[in-house]
Amino acid sequence: MSAISREDVVHLARLAHIEMSDAELDKMTGELGVIVDAIASVSEAAGADVPATSHPIPLSNVFREDVVGETLTVEQALQNAPDSEDSRFKVPAILDEE
Amino acid sequence: MTEIIKLSATELAEKLRAGEVTSVQAVQAHLDRIAAVDGGERGVNAFLHLNAEEALAVAAEVDTIRAAGGAEAEALHPLAGVPIAIKDLIVTVGQPTTAGSRMLEGWMSPYDATVITKIRAAKLPMLGKTNLDEFAMGSSTEHSAYGPTRNPWDLDRIPGGSGGGSAAAVAAFEAPLALGTDTGGSIRQPGAVTGTVGVKPTYGGVSRYGAIAMASSLDQIGPVSRTVLDSAYLHELIGGHDPRDSTSLNEPVPALVEAARQGLTGDLTGVRVGVIAELQGEGYEAGVQARFDESLEVLRAAGAEIVEVHCPNFKYALGAYYLIMPSEVSSNLAKFDGVRYGKRVIPADGPVTIERVMGATRAAGFGDEVKRRIILGTYALSAGYYDAYYGSAQKVRTLVQRDFDAAFEKADVLISPTAPTVAFALGSKTDDPLAMYLNDVATIPANLAGVPGISVPGGLSEGLPVGIQFLAPAHEDARLYRVGAALESLLEKGWGGPLISQAPDLASAEKEGVA
Amino acid sequence: MAATTEELVDFDEALDKYDPVLGFEVHVELNTKTKMFSDAPNVFGDEPNTNVTPVCLGLPGVLPVVNKTAVEYSILIGLALNCKIAETCGFARKNYFYPDTPKNFQTSQYEDPIAYDGYLDIELEDGEVFRVEIERAHMEEDAGKLTHMGGAAGRIQGADFSLVDYNRAGVPLVEIVTKPIVGAGKRAPELAKAYVAAVREIVKNLGVSDARMERGNVRCDANVSLMPKGADKFGTRSETKNVNSLRAVEHAVRFEIERHAAVLEAGQKVVQETRHWHEDTRTTTAGRPKSDADDYRYFPEPDLVPVVTTAEWIEELRSRLPEPPAERRKRLKADWGYSDAEFRDVVNAGLLDAIEETIAAGASAAVARKWWMGEISRLAKNADTDPEGLGVTPATIVELNGLIEAKKINDKIARQVLEFVLAGEGTPAEIVEKRGLAVVNDDSALGAAIEDAMAAMPDVVAKIKDGKLQAIGALIGPVMKATRGQADAGRVRELVLEKLGVEG
Repeated sequence: MSAISREDVVHLARLAHIEMSDAELDKMTGELGVIVDAIASVSEAAGADVPATSHPIPLSNVFREDVVGETLTVEQALQNAPDSEDSRFKVPAILDEE
Repeated sequence: MTEIIKLSATELAEKLRAGEVTSVQAVQAHLDRIAAVDGGERGVNAFLHLNAEEALAVAAEVDTIRAAGGAEAEALHPLAGVPIAIKDLIVTVGQPTTAGSRMLEGWMSPYDATVITKIRAAKLPMLGKTNLDEFAMGSSTEHSAYGPTRNPWDLDRIPGGSGGGSAAAVAAFEAPLALGTDTGGSIRQPGAVTGTVGVKPTYGGVSRYGAIAMASSLDQIGPVSRTVLDSAYLHELIGGHDPRDSTSLNEPVPALVEAARQGLTGDLTGVRVGVIAELQGEGYEAGVQARFDESLEVLRAAGAEIVEVHCPNFKYALGAYYLIMPSEVSSNLAKFDGVRYGKRVIPADGPVTIERVMGATRAAGFGDEVKRRIILGTYALSAGYYDAYYGSAQKVRTLVQRDFDAAFEKADVLISPTAPTVAFALGSKTDDPLAMYLNDVATIPANLAGVPGISVPGGLSEGLPVGIQFLAPAHEDARLYRVGAALESLLEKGWGGPLISQAPDLASAEKEGVA
Repeated sequence: MAATTEELVDFDEALDKYDPVLGFEVHVELNTKTKMFSDAPNVFGDEPNTNVTPVCLGLPGVLPVVNKTAVEYSILIGLALNCKIAETCGFARKNYFYPDTPKNFQTSQYEDPIAYDGYLDIELEDGEVFRVEIERAHMEEDAGKLTHMGGAAGRIQGADFSLVDYNRAGVPLVEIVTKPIVGAGKRAPELAKAYVAAVREIVKNLGVSDARMERGNVRCDANVSLMPKGADKFGTRSETKNVNSLRAVEHAVRFEIERHAAVLEAGQKVVQETRHWHEDTRTTTAGRPKSDADDYRYFPEPDLVPVVTTAEWIEELRSRLPEPPAERRKRLKADWGYSDAEFRDVVNAGLLDAIEETIAAGASAAVARKWWMGEISRLAKNADTDPEGLGVTPATIVELNGLIEAKKINDKIARQVLEFVLAGEGTPAEIVEKRGLAVVNDDSALGAAIEDAMAAMPDVVAKIKDGKLQAIGALIGPVMKATRGQADAGRVRELVLEKLGVEG
């Protein structure tokens, strides 16, 4: 039995905002099941005393001075916009308030 | 005189400097070659976009400067006028950047990647953008939304991935240089299966600004070429600190060309080469293993001390990679939603809300492999699963780094086959994602740890190239160039010339019109 | 479901049975020159999408770089809130999809905020002091601005489409989170307002934010829950957003207390949800219920490296801290000698700085207050602006007062002169000179006017002679009129007494 269920995949597809058909969901569940099983051993690899590494090369305090740089023109900003109006990006109705 | 396109970048640069060839001639020769072998049903299909007009203009500019002589000509970069191909994951003003995806079909970036700015400043004509697995996800370039690239050694086989386009372009003499990106082996593995050279720099060694992010803590841009010395020149050009990339190293680029030249003498006395016990043997094709063992002998004969090192945590590396990478992917690819750029799909029926537009856009814009990784990554990061998956994977990362640290106490460089197999047939692994992932088993550890790696041609198995991988400690990229160049020069002596010269002649294959 | 009128329980009744618990998340927009992670300008009110770089738009391939000044401002805020400053902290991605969020994740801080475990002592109007504990203050970036079009009154419900401006996307924010605030009882709404006002004052005083709530420089999310008196477990809380004025904070908290009480009294459970405050109806309405879509999948931001603070750096920043506003107020009140009521009025009028500057320019505390709270406030009200917005300088007041004390002009003339100063006619002295407004000092001229006045009012003269000296006031009016107001009332009085041979 795989760790990842179809219900999980439905939920994940929603979180990831990818519309999927039933057939796709079925296929994805199967494929991911195999993959998740294969990588599950990772959870046992390291003890609690092993720290996590999120950055491979240790750097710190990389900053930028508070100085204005070059901006895009409005044309450049909107040049690839699928839809725009009034110098702004236009999107269809938003259902869920954040 | 050797055909222009068969020259290495270094050789071409010398001829350009000597005035024996013009840059316009060089660019045109490569454009002609691309026209001859890249298109059509059985073409290599390395290029997604050609940049002929601009390339010729840059070439002409270089020729003019050189012809005028004087200080400006003196100041030209060593590689000025040498054409280069760019993996279509790196943003370029004036050329589309698609990431091999329908999501960004025709997308024109308003800004240049830092490496592109450097290439423009050095005046290398850009021939065009090369094919890749969609958003750099894959090991065969079969996941490109624009069709696969074919391996010049055997047009029915994969050129590796994700950077199959750049490697194939260089292997097919369509370009002497190319840029790739490497997150889990996407430069090195294509190098291995196409008989070319590919390098993943130390993490942070080359700016990532302008490389469309796949897995931010793993990605690096690196050189692709036919010789080690060529990659050294290119690496020196593109490397260095970038204030726009907070993870870029704050130190000068090491003397890589010097290291490569030193290596070309073939003397490796005193160099300790560590064989990674876990990255050979079972799972590696017999031919690959054989070429690898022979390379060890060659190195030994050159004065290197061969030692065995153990990296017991490498067995978790693939799993950790396929947790960390999709997690970062799921976040990095969230920006592709049809709002600001790229594809937007309006759902055919039902209410048109932005949520549904996002869902439909991402459904249509992304291919299956990309969706798989996004879902997997979303899972690994989700509430209740973070500790077991992403959190654990980051701990494995620590263990892998420790393995490397211990190994580098005993050896100056580490060695392994770059990939477990030679180029496999197109379509043979696309139904089995897990089998596809196993191609990266030897290249992944370096990305997890941030250490640099190189793949150099190691010979043929069943007529197909085998790659030898060297790994060095972080910041010690120069060691790769020295040892890689040494192995290259020694092997070439045995072959009577570069391995690539044994590749089938594409132009005549075209003429034969194989179906 | 249509918004229904919420049931409410009377506030006092509610507080008889329940103890409110409050929590606040206050977002402060920093006034750095550039954004948090990009070098685009941080400016309010410019034309849409004119202050964006590829980083602000989340274009493919871009990377963030941390604004050092924003980090320093964040540390200053932490110090002013009596927080510990993290030795090392990092950034994290908060992942969610929304059109105003260009990357569909926000770069923020999660497990390791830059400042934590602080407190703020809030003095309520009657002097009671309440300690609010601060859980953390962390750095993050603002989202762009959405304008909803085609529906009713620019609201999101029923809008046909929305327009997005990313000028604000990436502006540095510091989010200040309190620990649960327990024990405020009936004073909860008052405390809520006072807390937000205090935070606002602090960040303004530090100079790290313009702190204008009406511009969204300081935003408040108010969390309210009720627990039955004597209970030890917190009730379910609601979070009210869109509370963007001090008045709204107080009213929203009060409303939520009444609403929660009504729900609980009806035997139902409070829904854990986000609510929106509506200034026009003074109510909250339900937004989205909290759902699994709120799984933000935080993970460490791989594109940014940790921030390491040293003791030296923190001490250098600490030395930059100005006097805390509350302490400054205590000091000034003592120095100036105002009564409690007088001082409170000055503070409420927002004229503390103006008066302080005027005193520094040479006026006495009493004179400064007289002018600012008196004539200048009156003129400002007529002009429908703030007193500070009129343009009166401390130097002008000092000069005016000097002229009065030198008896060159009187109070009434001084007020006229001020209006001429504001009209741009020059300095007070110049105006008095040019317009001939100096008080008449010529006793003979004054004497003539006085003689005329006395001749016209024999009964008044009689009263004065009789010892009723207040009657002199009746003569001053005509004398002023005769001298076009340019008589010194004191001198007139003296002369009258002299002429009548009466002792003053």
